[in-house]
Amino acid sequence: MKTPIYLDYSSTTPCDPRVVERMMPFFTDAFGNAASRSHAFGWTAEAAVEEAREQVAGLIGAHPKELLWTSGSTEANNLAIKGTAQMYKQKGMHLITAVTEHKAVLDPMKYLETQGYKVTWLEVDAMGHVDLKELEAAITDETILVSLMAANNEIGTMHPIREIGAICKKKGTLFHTDATQQVGKAAIDVIADNVDLLSLSAHKMYGPKGVGALYVRRKNPRVRLTSQMDGGGHERGMRSGTLNVTGIVGLGEAARICREEMDSEAAKLSILRARLQDRIYKELPDAVLNGDADNRLPHMTNISFPYVEGESLLMGIKEIAVSSGSACTSASLEPSYVLKALGLVDELAHSSIRFSLGRFTTEEEVDFAADRLITEVKRLREMSPLWEMVQEGVDLSQVKWTSH
Amino acid sequence: MAYSDKVLDHYQNPRNVGSLDKESNDVGTGVVGAPECGDVMKLQIKVSDDGKIIDAKFKTYGCGSAIASSSLATEWLKGTSVDAAAEIKNTQIVEELSLPPVKIHCSVLAEDAIKAAIDDWKAKNGKKTEEK
Repeated sequence: MKTPIYLDYSSTTPCDPRVVERMMPFFTDAFGNAASRSHAFGWTAEAAVEEAREQVAGLIGAHPKELLWTSGSTEANNLAIKGTAQMYKQKGMHLITAVTEHKAVLDPMKYLETQGYKVTWLEVDAMGHVDLKELEAAITDETILVSLMAANNEIGTMHPIREIGAICKKKGTLFHTDATQQVGKAAIDVIADNVDLLSLSAHKMYGPKGVGALYVRRKNPRVRLTSQMDGGGHERGMRSGTLNVTGIVGLGEAARICREEMDSEAAKLSILRARLQDRIYKELPDAVLNGDADNRLPHMTNISFPYVEGESLLMGIKEIAVSSGSACTSASLEPSYVLKALGLVDELAHSSIRFSLGRFTTEEEVDFAADRLITEVKRLREMSPLWEMVQEGVDLSQVKWTSH
Repeated sequence: MAYSDKVLDHYQNPRNVGSLDKESNDVGTGVVGAPECGDVMKLQIKVSDDGKIIDAKFKTYGCGSAIASSSLATEWLKGTSVDAAAEIKNTQIVEELSLPPVKIHCSVLAEDAIKAAIDDWKAKNGKKTEEK
């Protein structure tokens, strides 16, 4: 077993070797510009791009013509949100989202607020779910778009997008979902789920970085966008710029593999995750699971280790690559806004670790990671004044702290 | 983020972790920081009759730099006088541990903890804290 062990697949995934192999010719021999209509180099590239479009469309139940290539999910989210907001301005200037969305949704929404749009920011419950009645009540005749992610990137909680889609359809507003974390990991079907716009990214599903796609519904209703990138009129004018043919081919192949292997992979990963969790809970019974234990992505778990600070814990387990909800490295000292939105008390929000398993994770790695983590949590607790206070029977919420 | 070798050393081999009897009159205890900020430091000194710090202990909830800052502080406190201890500045800790700008607050917290422990000891022993 090689260290460090990678348990941060929600941040990015390695390229599957099959993806790399498929991409290789497009760097050298088949290097043509997909927009070149006058020679074979262009035709080859275009054919490869269209094959990839079919592969990605197949994974989410879309028609190939409904996909636009982008540089990734951030661009797809920006295009979906700003593009519909500008296109449908006449209808109204209201959008709805939730406070636990990724920054690539929150920040475009905040930008729109500066442009005179009104945004409703839905709160979430302790598991990360929005209240569907509250969502429905928030939609008015002036609402252009509801943007709610399929699965959360920090805790893995899956929104009931089928129900959300049905509500949006009933109320006559568009529904965008940032499905970056879910596509390729758990099923999603834009028709059955009533999704109008969907963002996805290659590097979260064993494809290359720097490429993604936006699904834009073509009928019932036909969704139109104001382009955010103007130029040569690529992608039917909605996203100009020479296509990243190599990356798109990689995304296509990654999607093909996910479509074929997603079910068996999800089953394997949820078993490995249970193994990880069980081992941790056995030794650290006061560890706390963050998010929805049932409705969440199969490969992720986010656990708080009370009385131990996340960054110091990461420092102690440097053979294991994971993420922490603590943001002590940033100037703000604010813990994760997602965990705060769940209502976590500060000492739990600062103590969380996100484990995300993936295609190449082994049982041996999971056991090693759990054991290292348990050892380090115990060591740091011996050093923690909070742990000592709790052992002495002090209620931490009643302590008057000297904030700085 | 990259840590200096000294921070790593204190983190892996922290000096003087533990607790002294906080009820004892010759012990001064300082607890500073807050869980919401991600750092809580408890620093304790045991002072002899002639004003010398004969023991120092810490416990810290916080990042590696916070642990290292408090571990270093206890090393410096042991064997020094209360008056000299009161002169320890956070900038000395920053320099010794090569803390980056985002971690300066850890050294500030350690300085605050030293001062709080001294104040506590002084209050217990009827000594007035010097006005600054």
